[in-house]
Amino acid sequence: MAKFGNKEKKTVGAISTASLPDVVFMILFFFMISSTMREVELQIELSGSDLPQATEIKKLEKKSLVSYIYVGKPKPAFARMYGTEPRIQLNSSFADLADIYEYIMAERQQRDEAEVPFMTTSLKVHQDTKMGIVTDIKQELRKASALKINYSARKRI
Amino acid sequence: MAKRETPEINSGSMADIAFLLLIFFLVTSTMDVDTGIARQLPPIPEKNAITDVEINERNVFIVLINAQDRLLVNGKPMDVDDLRESAKEFIKSDPNNPELPVVTPTKIAGINNLVNVSEGVISLQNDRGTTYGRYIEVQNELVAAYNELRNEAAFQYFGKRTFDELNEDQQESVKKIYPQRISEAEPKNVGGKK
Repeated sequence: MAKFGNKEKKTVGAISTASLPDVVFMILFFFMISSTMREVELQIELSGSDLPQATEIKKLEKKSLVSYIYVGKPKPAFARMYGTEPRIQLNSSFADLADIYEYIMAERQQRDEAEVPFMTTSLKVHQDTKMGIVTDIKQELRKASALKINYSARKRI
Repeated sequence: MAKRETPEINSGSMADIAFLLLIFFLVTSTMDVDTGIARQLPPIPEKNAITDVEINERNVFIVLINAQDRLLVNGKPMDVDDLRESAKEFIKSDPNNPELPVVTPTKIAGINNLVNVSEGVISLQNDRGTTYGRYIEVQNELVAAYNELRNEAAFQYFGKRTFDELNEDQQESVKKIYPQRISEAEPKNVGGKK
C-alpha cells in the first residue's frame, strides 16, 4: 500500500512546442509541391476510378496549356434538370456539342500566340460512356483544329 | 550606442497559423497527376480534296469494335489480349510473307545497313455504341505494340534497353523505322444505340 500512498509529485518539464511550427510547415510545403489546385467543381459523376485504365500513359506536361473536357452522367442533384444520359461539362457548367468550338477559341485567346500550337485538350471521360458522344466531341475538336488530344487514363497496376 | 533590448516575439501561435494554411491546401488541392494516352487527330479534309487513296489490302490491319465491345480484326473475331501480338506481327512485317505489308529497304540515319520499313497502316473503327473503356483498351494495346517494337529496335540498332534512353536523333531514326500509323475511320452507327 505504500506504493499508493507515495504521492510525491514528480514534475516533468513541459514539452517544448517551439519546433511544432517547423514540423507543420514541412508538411505544408510537401502538400503544396505534390498537389495541384482543383480546377473545377465537377457536376458529373467522374471520380478517379471512373477513368479507363491503360499502360502506355504519359504525363500531361505544361498544365497551363491544357484545356479540359469532362464527359459523364450528371450527378444525382442535377439529374432532374439534365437527365441521366452522359453530358459534356466545360469549365464548371454543362454544355452542348456546339459550345466546344467557342470554348476552344476562348481558351486560345487567353494564351500567347506562340503557345497555341502546343495546346492540348484533355478528355476526361467516364469509362462506361458510349463512344457516340466522344466521337462527336472529336469531330468538333477537328473543326476547331485543336488536334492534340489526350485521353485521360490512369495507370493499370 | 546603447543596446536596445528587443522583446521576444511570442511564437506560440505560429503552429496554429501553419495548421490553418495546411488545412486550406489539403482541402483545395488534389493529389492526382494527370496522365493519359496522347493522340493526334487528323485535320478536317478540304471540301474538294480527293479522298480516294488506293491502299493495298495487305497493307491495312483493320480493327473493328462493335456495339457489344467485341473485336473483329481483319475479318476474324479476336480477344483483346491477343491484339498486341498480332498488331506487332503486322507492324514488323516480313519480306517473305505475302500476307503481311509491303516492306521497302530504306536508309535510316545512324544505321549502316538498310532497314526494312513496312508500309502497314492500322485502321481502327468503332461503333457509336462501343464503350469508351473498351476503346481506350484497344488504343492502349495498339500503342503498346508500337512501343514494344520501338524498344526492340532501340536494343537492336543502338544497344539501349528502351526507346526513352536514346538521344533525340536516335529516337527520330527509330520512329522512322516504326512510324506510328493508326488511322481512325469515320464512325458508324450499326449497333443502333445512340
